[in-house]
Amino acid sequence: MGLYILKRCLYGLVTVWFIATATFFAMHALPGDPLAEDKAVSPEIRRNLEQYYGLDKPLYQQYARYLSNMARGDLGVSFTQKNRSVNDIVAEHFPVSAALGCLSLLFAALGGVLWGGLAARFRNRWPDNLIMLCVILFISVPGFVLAALAQLSIVEINRWLGWTLLPVAGWGSLAHMWVPSIVLGLATMAYLARLTRASLLENSQQEYLRMARAKGLSRRRIFWHHELRNALLPVVTVLGPAVAAVTTGGFVVELIFAIPGLGRYFVQAVQQLDYTVIMGTTVFYGAFLVLMVLLADIVYGLVDPRVSLAEADHV
Amino acid sequence: MSELHYQPDDFEALPENARQQQEIPPGLSYWAKVWLRFRVNPRSLLSLLTLTLLISMVLLGPLIWSQDPSQIWLESRLQDSQGGLVAVLVEPELWQPNIRPPVTVPARPIALLATTEQVRIQWAPLADVRHYWLYRHTRMPQDKDDVGLPLGYSDTPWYEDQLNLKSRLYVYTVVAEFTDDTQVALPVLEVTPQLAIGLSSARLQGLVAESAIVGDTVTLPAHPLGTDALGRDTLARLLLGGRTSLFIGLIAPLVAVFLGAIYGGIAGLTGGRTDEIMMRFADFIIALPFLLFMILLKVLLGIGPGENGIMPMLLALIILGWPASARLVRGQILQLRQQDYVNAALLLGANRRYLLGRHLLPNVMGVLLVALSFAIPQAIFAEAFLSFIGLGVTAPATSWGTLSNEGMRLILSHPQQLLFPAACISLTVLGFNLLGDGLRDALDIQMQEGPA
Repeated sequence: MGLYILKRCLYGLVTVWFIATATFFAMHALPGDPLAEDKAVSPEIRRNLEQYYGLDKPLYQQYARYLSNMARGDLGVSFTQKNRSVNDIVAEHFPVSAALGCLSLLFAALGGVLWGGLAARFRNRWPDNLIMLCVILFISVPGFVLAALAQLSIVEINRWLGWTLLPVAGWGSLAHMWVPSIVLGLATMAYLARLTRASLLENSQQEYLRMARAKGLSRRRIFWHHELRNALLPVVTVLGPAVAAVTTGGFVVELIFAIPGLGRYFVQAVQQLDYTVIMGTTVFYGAFLVLMVLLADIVYGLVDPRVSLAEADHV
Repeated sequence: MSELHYQPDDFEALPENARQQQEIPPGLSYWAKVWLRFRVNPRSLLSLLTLTLLISMVLLGPLIWSQDPSQIWLESRLQDSQGGLVAVLVEPELWQPNIRPPVTVPARPIALLATTEQVRIQWAPLADVRHYWLYRHTRMPQDKDDVGLPLGYSDTPWYEDQLNLKSRLYVYTVVAEFTDDTQVALPVLEVTPQLAIGLSSARLQGLVAESAIVGDTVTLPAHPLGTDALGRDTLARLLLGGRTSLFIGLIAPLVAVFLGAIYGGIAGLTGGRTDEIMMRFADFIIALPFLLFMILLKVLLGIGPGENGIMPMLLALIILGWPASARLVRGQILQLRQQDYVNAALLLGANRRYLLGRHLLPNVMGVLLVALSFAIPQAIFAEAFLSFIGLGVTAPATSWGTLSNEGMRLILSHPQQLLFPAACISLTVLGFNLLGDGLRDALDIQMQEGPA
């Protein structure tokens, strides 16, 4: 177990290093000059600036400096926004994204298990068919369409009511958070519902359920203590990918609902080609996602005693 | 002797297609059986029908609907669905509005001319007037302050409006401002301009022959789905965008799955140290965050001058897409190599090539097909996502994602501009998802799934 975690951490580190290196060389391969500005700078000042930012050094020294900065958690400075480091930007905008993401994951997990459970309970009857129809719809509609439709509906509802039931966009209060986080979580909720249903149906054939019934346990106890607990194990495995889906989905949802999160900032940086911010946030996101997948795998190993992580590595 | 008591719970209905499965006659080939099992699932058939319709619409559509998708038409921007309207040809007279008015005019404003090119209003002159202010509204004013869009002022008792007119009701208000700073509103004027097009621009766009004169009528091109912000035909753009989206969505997974199959096949067959190293590399690429890396690759590959961003997108999708199917194929091959019939073939002296062609590849095909039909929606989503955040396909090409991006800016005033491309994306993805489900059931394959 310990060895496995160590190994996984090592792989994670290599992945983050690869992302950092790829970003560094991608950004350096692009044409353009970070110090190019509208107003002309005298050669002396320019030399000083280059010296200050280390741009006069050969590429391998810049790379070494960049890596050591990254290792110390310094993600770099923004060249387009004066006096603002990427760390400041992350510190300011990431908590917003994290709040949105956590809330939507919560919705996704609760809703997914609920709908999946209901579908399994009413297998092959109309509630099951209806739920599975919604599931396949939510999986098939792109996130930005769901977000746009949700926003349009809020506008229409507010117009119909004559007063503002929910704000259309923005951030700051709990009322702002509901719709974006539900929209963001819908696709993941659909996947989880499908997975929960399949897992419950598969488990319903297991011997231990027959045993529990034979012991004379109540249906409720069987469901909560035996059936659901075992059926939820596969759900834990997709937590890592779910975090990734919610993170990248957040880019679009934050853009549409004008939420000042890191995702919107990242997309804007990409559109404005603010290279240093793209580099810093990409590495940050990469490290974050790798860490989340790692955590999800470890949690899975902890909750399911049958899984031996050291062996799972070789499947 | 105790009797067995069966409760209804002890019985379980067979899955709906189980009965059908038992009726499959023996002696059929593998794919014939798969087709029989696929056929009994109405959802699979529906998805197959939808996809056939969508693909043939996108492939054949531009041949039938031959309007130029890049024809910019500022006269008919952002219109809703319309048939071929009849317009009258007029001389625009854009820069010479000071036509001498007739001497006798009624007290209230009247329209001397009302076409979508220009509305010329005239009223009886008042004494001691500094300016006449003009306002235009799209409905009857509710009170004296509700006069609508300020158009400007005139020092003469006539005015010509050319501001973005459509063939609908307008209500003009003339407010006279006197030299003693008092204001008086004249009676309002209701006008419904006639659809018109300037003679020179009609000639430029090739709508009329050179011999056409002012006063002739011309039938404008029909726009069944309306026009976009530049007056381009939405249906033509939707068809063009569909070609791009489906091209990327089909070709990228096809190439990626093909490359992955070769890679995984080599790893699985060779085994040992090579297999270990090859699979570690594939694992590593799988571990990269997909969309994040797509963005990075897109930025790296960039869009050179004269390009439209389709190739970088294809490359990025292929680079990141192949390891999943490589892993799948390798797993299958490792499993198949344990099978008795493979061992038997080996013992009977089958060489590697025979083994591959006769036993391994046909058995892997099913898994590959399912993997493909799940990889296609992912590629279409990735294209739409990147185009939506402005990193995708650029003009002159367009795609459903790019169209959605353009439509998003108009969501509150013209939601259909987003809804049409979005519906196309959703239908395609839905179709391929259902197709994948149906194939998986028909082929009886267990696959892992997770959020993309």
